[in-house]
Amino acid sequence: MSTPDGLHDIAIETHSDAGAYPATGNDLPILHEIRHALQRLAQSGEKTVIDLQAIPMAPGEEERILQLLGRGEVSATIDALGPSEVRETAFAGVWTVYHRNTNNEVVGKFIEITHCPDLLHSQPEDIATGMAQIRETLAELESKQSGDQA
Amino acid sequence: MKDTRTVGEILSSQGISRRGFLKFCAATASMMAMPPSMVPAVAQALSNARRPSVIWLSFQECTGCTESLTRSHSPTLEGLLFDSISLDYHHTLQVAAGSAAEEAREHAMQENDGSYLVVVDGSIPLGNPGYSTIAGISNVDMLKETAAGAAAIVAVGTCAAFGGIPHANPNPTGAVAVSDIIKDKPIINVSGCPPIPIVITGVLAHYLTFGKVPELDDLGRPTAFFGQTIHDRCYRRPFYDKGLFAETFDDEGAQQGWCLYKLGCKGPVTYNACAVSKWNSGTSFPIQSGHGCFGCSEPDFWDSGGFYRPLSATTADVGTLAGVAALAGAAAGAAIGRMNRSHRARAQARHEKLTIDDIEES
Repeated sequence: MSTPDGLHDIAIETHSDAGAYPATGNDLPILHEIRHALQRLAQSGEKTVIDLQAIPMAPGEEERILQLLGRGEVSATIDALGPSEVRETAFAGVWTVYHRNTNNEVVGKFIEITHCPDLLHSQPEDIATGMAQIRETLAELESKQSGDQA
Repeated sequence: MKDTRTVGEILSSQGISRRGFLKFCAATASMMAMPPSMVPAVAQALSNARRPSVIWLSFQECTGCTESLTRSHSPTLEGLLFDSISLDYHHTLQVAAGSAAEEAREHAMQENDGSYLVVVDGSIPLGNPGYSTIAGISNVDMLKETAAGAAAIVAVGTCAAFGGIPHANPNPTGAVAVSDIIKDKPIINVSGCPPIPIVITGVLAHYLTFGKVPELDDLGRPTAFFGQTIHDRCYRRPFYDKGLFAETFDDEGAQQGWCLYKLGCKGPVTYNACAVSKWNSGTSFPIQSGHGCFGCSEPDFWDSGGFYRPLSATTADVGTLAGVAALAGAAAGAAIGRMNRSHRARAQARHEKLTIDDIEES
């Protein structure tokens, strides 16, 4: 008698799939919210952040929203406490920001309506640290150089 | 020696960049159910917050609450939070035991008198002190002694918040909740069996950030997480409103993802954040996996008359009510809620046990 060597050998009839899940209908209202936010950004420069984890989503709905938003020209990965993916969507000024931890698990997901997400900018505190570090590096190099000359 | 550094200084000393810190704050604000516009305020407050001492007491419990937290989906975030507090006593996690562990607790109490946080998981037996002791100290004595100098108490899990499973009929140990014993300290009830890990850390983060107890509901639970019912935020709610219900766990309705109300779902009377926060890295929650809500974050959920018995089973026809609900919305929902509560009270009084007939009937 042969032994099944994988799950595919076990006869299982699947009755439901992702398409069978009910929808909350939240995708269209979110798109309208984005439209209003984009209008505010264009008129007054006001930024808006939508927390996707705060909205009830049926299975597959978030993927549908992302699909509707599409992909734009810019994407970036930030490596800080795990990777963060920042992408401009097909609608300029609308960005998706996904934060992951060091185990690559999502810990935050946002839609940002802004010219550029704040996290992409170099932060003043990090610039100050960078200045101190570059001064230290230069001092070390100069000290080594003067030691070599002597 | 007492660590007087701020949270910002502690994180900075660990080589965490400002970007990393802002990301941490964004995730923390999201976990505290705060609007994203609050992230700069959270960052400012958290940078300057002082590291609080935390004493964690485990009484009549199954360690599920600690497991929930330490096995949660975002170890970096929880790790950062735990690095940002001084966990001075947790007898399940700490290496020390017996008198050495008790010395650590007493030392933390003396050094941080009036400012430390006490986290309690598990109920407290009043029937006989011998039912549960730590280093020979009864749970009730340890709770009273430790609570005396605390700034606030966080009752983690339904056992600590409401008595939980040990308190279920016939309650052989005389189990009670923290709030039944301590009357003169702010108590935050973080119920759930177990509670959602990010709700536990969210409450700690709130205290760290703002240095005060969050807004609470009438059962002492933070409204940020317990302000709405599972039903209010359930993605299957549209089917409830249309009167479309699964009748069994394998019928067409179940396969189509219809509402699980008739299969005993307690979502309409259960206040918690499962439908939004979800479990296991945000993968799913019981209703999404095809099973109704147990109502584990509510008082006396274990004695509510059967997990698979519809809330309105003995008082009305769900189909009729749901039809009305589709027309009248909140008013009908409130009517069901009232019937649910009275049904539950009667079930608790009778201490009904679940039988296979209950499942088949429903």
